Amino acid sequence: MDATLQLLSLQSPGWGGVLLAGLAASLQVAFGGYLLGLIIGTAGAAGKLWGGPVLRDVLEVYTTVVRGVPELVLILILYYAGTDAVNQVMALLGLPAVDISGLAAGIFVIGVVQGAYSTEVLRGAILSIPPGQIEAARAYGMSPLLALRRVTLPAMLPFALPGLSNLWLIATKDTALLAVVGFAELTLVTRQAAGTTKAYMTFFLAAGALYLAVTLISNLVIRALEKRALRGMVRPEAAL
Amino acid sequence: MSVLPEPAAYIAPKARSLREPHRIVLMLIFAGLIVCAAWFMRWDWLPRYQERLLYGLWQTLLLLFSTSIVGFLLAVPLGLVQVTGPRPLALLARGFCTLIRGTPLLLQLWLLYYGLGSVFAQFPEIRSSFLWPYLRQAWPYGFTALMISFAAYEGEVMRGAFAGVPKGELEAARAFGMGRFTMFRRIWLPRAIHRALPTLTGETVLQLKSTPLVATITVVDVYAIISRVRQETFLTYEPLLLLALIYLCLTGMLVYAFRLVEKRIPSRGA
Repeated sequence: MDATLQLLSLQSPGWGGVLLAGLAASLQVAFGGYLLGLIIGTAGAAGKLWGGPVLRDVLEVYTTVVRGVPELVLILILYYAGTDAVNQVMALLGLPAVDISGLAAGIFVIGVVQGAYSTEVLRGAILSIPPGQIEAARAYGMSPLLALRRVTLPAMLPFALPGLSNLWLIATKDTALLAVVGFAELTLVTRQAAGTTKAYMTFFLAAGALYLAVTLISNLVIRALEKRALRGMVRPEAAL
Repeated sequence: MSVLPEPAAYIAPKARSLREPHRIVLMLIFAGLIVCAAWFMRWDWLPRYQERLLYGLWQTLLLLFSTSIVGFLLAVPLGLVQVTGPRPLALLARGFCTLIRGTPLLLQLWLLYYGLGSVFAQFPEIRSSFLWPYLRQAWPYGFTALMISFAAYEGEVMRGAFAGVPKGELEAARAFGMGRFTMFRRIWLPRAIHRALPTLTGETVLQLKSTPLVATITVVDVYAIISRVRQETFLTYEPLLLLALIYLCLTGMLVYAFRLVEKRIPSRGA
């Protein structure tokens, strides 16, 4: 038992440092992907709600396809086909092929996937704002953008937060799928460490504990955020 | 809630006619894409792999149905125990759900297959038992991991559904003189399932979308077959495109089937 625990030490004979580096890579991709997803999602929700018919249909295709195809398959498609497409475009422009870093590709992939889900979450949340609040903003003479910033976005937050926090937890776990395309994040690093040392259980359990810690800490933060977003409001469940 | 009419921008897009001009343009573009795919892409490998693809598809569906049915049967007690069970048992179920939901499925899969698989090999009793031929295959591990994960996610859904059944209905059942078990079977469970059905649809779709992960532990499903195609033909786009299309059809059919079930279940007073 003691020998296997020494495998987890941070110094060189142990693999603890490698695991933590993998965790850092995972968290980077998760953060980046989540932020990109939020940006895509906000734009997508706005497009679905206020865009023209063409934009709406295109967005509908985007969300349907992404939500209907497994993340693993999407990751493969976006990772291989995406980098290939970028290089073909570069070749068309007469530029040398670029080497896309795993981190950038990972963030892009997770972001596109998250974007589809957060589009739906944000759209639903905006739709659940009592229309009177928007009308009040209009009656005050707010321009649409000001109303969006001051009223719509803060008012939708309580409705969106459960979905968004769920998406964050999914993002942290989706990063594990990047192991399949060879990005050195926590799961892949764990498998390499386990394969080298043959201490499979030790490493996989350790990685599981790391993921669980991320989830539990996220839960604490989410609870605090929810409390803050809901200040001075009736809880959305109670309002129904 | 306000009784004022919703502003125009807030009405969700309705299903409109396909004959609208922009839809026709979009469909033309789509048809153009299909023609491009047929013209510029190579599909000559398809007949050679047809049989294996169908086998992979069958394996994927088998995995989906077996894990979601057994997982659901596990999820019902998991949810129920969290609502009414004795405290230690409830905490245990709660911890199980948190543990499974807090770690990626890929990790659980690899933990079971590589980790548990290597531990099993160390015990001579297991090696000589009749189970050993099965334990050396990947299928049981994939099945177990998917089932456990489904049970954990569904358990959480069922917990909410059980807790959400109005107390008055249960009291009415008791007033009718129903025993605890009859009440559970006749009132509580059907009402909870009815409430949970939309979420169950989503969870089952998610389950379908996590089945390709088992290909990483050498279970041969449709994803694994497509990976084989990619390795053997050196094609990038075609197999992946086909794979995405297959999964799109599968999710579509799954959602449609659940719709039918939802419609069939009577919803008096719900």
